[in-house]
Amino acid sequence: MTKTLRALMGATALVALSGVAMAETTITVATVNNGDMVRMQGLMDDFNAKHPDIKVEWVTLEENVLRQNVTTDIATGGGQYDVITIGTYEVPIWGKQGWLESLNDLPADYDVDDLLPAIRGGLTVDGNLYASPFYGESSMVMYRTDLMEAAGMAMPEAPTWADIEKAAAAMTNKDAGIYGVCLRGKAGWGENMAFLTAMSNSFGARWFDENWVPQFDSPEWKATLDFYLGLMNNYGPPGASNNGFNENLTLFNQGKCGMWIDATVAASFVTGKDSTVADKVGFALAPDNGLGKRGNWLWAWSLAVPASSDAKDAAKTFINWATNKDYLALVASKEGWANVPPGTRTSLYSNEEYAKVPFAKMTIDSINSADPTAPSVQPVPYVGVQFVAIPEFAGVATTVGEIFSAALAGSKSADQALSEAQAFVADEMKAAGYN
Amino acid sequence: MSTHSSRLAARMMVAPSVVLLLIWMIVPLAMTLYYSFRFYRLLSPDRTGWTGFTNYVWFFNSPDFWLALFNTLALVGGVLIITVVLGILIALLIDQPVKGQGFLRILVIAPFFVMPPVAASIWENLFMHPQNGLFAAVAQGFGAQPILFLEQYPMWSVIGIVSWEWLPFATLILLTALQSLSSEQIEAAEMDGASAFARFRYIVLPHMTRAITVVILIQTIFLLGIFGEIFTTTQGGPGSASTTLPYMIFKQAIAAKDIGRAAAGGIIAVILANIVAYFLMRGLGRNLDN
Repeated sequence: MTKTLRALMGATALVALSGVAMAETTITVATVNNGDMVRMQGLMDDFNAKHPDIKVEWVTLEENVLRQNVTTDIATGGGQYDVITIGTYEVPIWGKQGWLESLNDLPADYDVDDLLPAIRGGLTVDGNLYASPFYGESSMVMYRTDLMEAAGMAMPEAPTWADIEKAAAAMTNKDAGIYGVCLRGKAGWGENMAFLTAMSNSFGARWFDENWVPQFDSPEWKATLDFYLGLMNNYGPPGASNNGFNENLTLFNQGKCGMWIDATVAASFVTGKDSTVADKVGFALAPDNGLGKRGNWLWAWSLAVPASSDAKDAAKTFINWATNKDYLALVASKEGWANVPPGTRTSLYSNEEYAKVPFAKMTIDSINSADPTAPSVQPVPYVGVQFVAIPEFAGVATTVGEIFSAALAGSKSADQALSEAQAFVADEMKAAGYN
Repeated sequence: MSTHSSRLAARMMVAPSVVLLLIWMIVPLAMTLYYSFRFYRLLSPDRTGWTGFTNYVWFFNSPDFWLALFNTLALVGGVLIITVVLGILIALLIDQPVKGQGFLRILVIAPFFVMPPVAASIWENLFMHPQNGLFAAVAQGFGAQPILFLEQYPMWSVIGIVSWEWLPFATLILLTALQSLSSEQIEAAEMDGASAFARFRYIVLPHMTRAITVVILIQTIFLLGIFGEIFTTTQGGPGSASTTLPYMIFKQAIAAKDIGRAAAGGIIAVILANIVAYFLMRGLGRNLDN
């Protein structure tokens, strides 16, 4: 036998052996095309090295499409996915329906007590953790320090809505294509309604009273919508009714917005390499009206295992890898602390290295100031800051979002929009059997 | 001459494909019909049951419905007029012998091969965008305010985008019709002193009738279901200003996860399509007969 032949046979035997040893399990992971999730796919070498017996297939989709696919799949018991990326809106509803696998049996190194209490509370139903947070976010004010300075103003760390209006007026320079404030206007329960619902909390408004009667005819909602429309019509960019998160991010990065009130995760983008204003961005808490609630939301993109999955153990192994403290350290070692998925673990915010990241403190302060169980000044029958955790909300809020988007486009008055919204939501709640 | 048994044999031969086609059509239709009378919301699995005509009543009572119906017909009609008229003109133009004719034709046909969401995305972000778009830049170059296409004229914008996509199809069909027109006929008319307009009106246009009918019929089928362009650009908005019937059904099925209502909307859309088809076939069908 020649040497080569022997080596070849040895290799063959090894391949055969490993083929037997690795009874490979394939899991399908559905996720959203956000920066942090895409980064995770780039770090899969680490997972593959630790768990060679699990093969991961990705389905990466845009937020709305992901939500549609995943919801349809889980509601019809399709069993297409083993790990799904869902938010704090879906988890309590789906957990209650028995559509998700409990994650209480994750290994000890997962360290469940390290999760931020506000986030963990939103993902737990009847003592069962149904999803593991991948990153958490709130919303805050991002503003251009150079424009504020040029206007001779300073942004308070905790501004009021009046402060925002004053700053927007001072920074707007339409001839130079700079608009004082960019806010979401695109219709959708996760787009303009997320912003407006969170904003309405700071104006003392609420979606429903304790008997599930919609409250769009209340003076608080009128004040919210009037202020929003006034701000956007005077100081916002034209065509704002088509602007969602991504559109506003582009405008801000191009230097066309003085302020932008949106998700805290945007902080790493507007200070990142795609931004033309990266070194001129300041952060402040979301505004309030002195009523005790701020207009910021709370959201966590989380990983969950559908009850219909046929590879639950492998799926849990993957979730433990992706949302563990070790994963944060892995990202930090490869891409720097500023790119670590934020807002899920207490230990991250006690880390001295992470404290040097400019938006770290503002993010955790924002998350801590949101309370999903008591979102409004007034009592409410529901859970959720920028949403109402009932199955009907997504459909209802999408239509209300369209009505408000039309008001922003100028084809409806604020009063007309509010009375239409009130009538529509009242009908839908009746049809759904709430009252 | 066919005997009784040979006819029977022929029927037996085609039966499998007829049955298959029937199943292909009947099963989805029957299921849609079934669901349209059910209370079926994906997110409320514990509440199901028959609801009679509730889903249909909801559709007819919805303030969006009549607007959506109008928008659907406006989209079909608007795009048909634009594509047929411009299609005839462009076909006449590129039928002329010019240098680089082959290349020119490929250029004209190219938009048809761009996928609808891509085309819509290009129009939204590179042309109609109020800050970054070409039209805004042109308007500002003349010192004018940029037009907010998708906000103020959403339905016109959608009609424009869809027309741009379907114009090459119309041009292509009409061009082939033009090319089959014998040049002798035109020359003869020319010798008799017919003007250019008279030649077009009495020779070219009648010759193209059948092609125009084909364009209208085929485009109507596709235009009734236009969805991607609206989804990508306006999302049916602002408000419901650019919501068509297919988009309204999509919203019920996907945003509200209400299968019952969406199915009822589907049945209404089928009925609408049949009404449109009936009038089209009555009005235009005889052009195809001879």
